[in-house]
Amino acid sequence: MTEDEFAAYQSLAEETEDHRWAFGTGFTDPLEGIDPSVPDSIDAAALAAYCLMLGDDALIYSHRLQQWMTRLPELEEETALANIALDLLGQARMLLARAGQAEAAAGGTGRGEDQLAFFRDEHEFRNVRLAEHADADFAELTGRLLVFSAWRLALCTRLAGSADPVLAAIAAKSARELAYHRDYAAQWVVRLGDGTPLSHGKMQAALDAIWPLAGELFEPDPVTARLPEVAVDPADLRGEVDDVLGTVLAAATLDRPQAAPMARVAGGSGRDGVHTEPFGYLLAELQSLARAHPDATW
Amino acid sequence: MSDFSAEGGHGAVPVSDVPVRPESAHVRADWPLYEVFLRGKRGLNHVHVGSLHAADPQMALRHARDLYTRRNEGVSIWVVAAADITASSPDEKDPFFAPSGDKVYRHPTFYEIPDDVPHM
Repeated sequence: MTEDEFAAYQSLAEETEDHRWAFGTGFTDPLEGIDPSVPDSIDAAALAAYCLMLGDDALIYSHRLQQWMTRLPELEEETALANIALDLLGQARMLLARAGQAEAAAGGTGRGEDQLAFFRDEHEFRNVRLAEHADADFAELTGRLLVFSAWRLALCTRLAGSADPVLAAIAAKSARELAYHRDYAAQWVVRLGDGTPLSHGKMQAALDAIWPLAGELFEPDPVTARLPEVAVDPADLRGEVDDVLGTVLAAATLDRPQAAPMARVAGGSGRDGVHTEPFGYLLAELQSLARAHPDATW
Repeated sequence: MSDFSAEGGHGAVPVSDVPVRPESAHVRADWPLYEVFLRGKRGLNHVHVGSLHAADPQMALRHARDLYTRRNEGVSIWVVAAADITASSPDEKDPFFAPSGDKVYRHPTFYEIPDDVPHM
C-alpha cells in the first residue's frame, strides 16, 4: 500500500471520546465556565467601545455577505458564504453582548446586542470602512474577504491572550472560524488570479478597488491605548497581514496594488463613526424591520 | 456494463451521451459532480452523505465541509469524482444479488463472538 493510499485510512484509527453514534453531537459553548464580570484592572468604558468596534466590523461585514445570497454563481458557493456570514454574525452577537456587559460595568445602561445592532444611528457605528464596502463582483467579494479575514485572524490570534477572559474566549473561537474564511478566500483569489486572462484582469481590478480601504485596518483607533494587555495595537498586525497577502498574491500571479489609503473625512474614519455613503442604505435595510416592530418576537 | 454510474447518489443512471467528465479544452457551464463520504465522530467508516459540484477535488473537499459538516457531524471527509465510480446496473440485479437470498448459513450467527472482539 502506498503512502497516499494509507493516508485515507489513518483517520479511521483516531479515537474519539464521544460515545453516541449520531451525527451532530458534541456541541460546545465557547464561553462555558467563564466569569462574565469585567476585571477591576480594566477600563470598562474603553472595553465596551473596543468590543463595539470589533462587533460592528463583524455585523456589517456579515450583512454585506448576506446581500450576496441568491446571487452567487453556484449553490455550493452560496452555502459556503452563508456559513461565513453566519460565523461573523455569531462573532458580532458575542462581541456586542460583551460591549453591553462592559457598558453596564462602567455605570451605563448596559444595552443588549439587539439594542446595539438595530437602534444605533450611522455615526454611532465604529466598523472600519472595508467592512461596509459593497462588492461590485465575485472577484471583489473574494479579494475583500481575503484582506479582511487575514487581518481579523491576525487580530483574534493575538486577542486570544487578552486580559479580559471573555474577549479572549470570543477571539479564540473566532480565530478558528477566520482561519477557514482566509483559506476559502485565498483559494479563490489564486484560482481567479492564476486562471484565464479575463479572470486575472478582473481579480487585479478588484484588488485595486479594495486596496485603499485596507490602510485603515492598521491605523490607531481611539480606545486601544486605554486598554493595555486587553487590546491589540493595529499597527502590530501589519507585518503578518502583509506576509500572508504577499504569499497569496504571488501564488495568484497578481501585482500588489500601490493605491494610497482612502482619505479620512474631517479627520475621522470608520472607527470615529465616519462612514461611506452606501453605509446609510445598508443600515436602513439591516434595521428597518426591528425599528418598525421594536418588540417583535418570532 | 459501463453505461451506468452512481452519479448523484440515487442509484444507477445512464451515462452514455451525458457529460460527466471535466473537459479542460473548453470552459464548462457546470462543474463536475463529486460524491461525498463522511465519517462521523463515532462512526468507524465513511458513509455516503450526498453529492456536490466543484471544479476540482480540493474545491470539492471545501464544499463538502461547507455543505455536509455544518452541524458538527464529521471528523473526516472523502470526496470522489462521480465519474470515477462504477456502479452495478439494475439489469444485473438478479444474477448479482438474488443467488445469496437463500443462503442463510453464510451469516456468522452460528458462532460465539468472544468478548474481546470489538465492533461486531
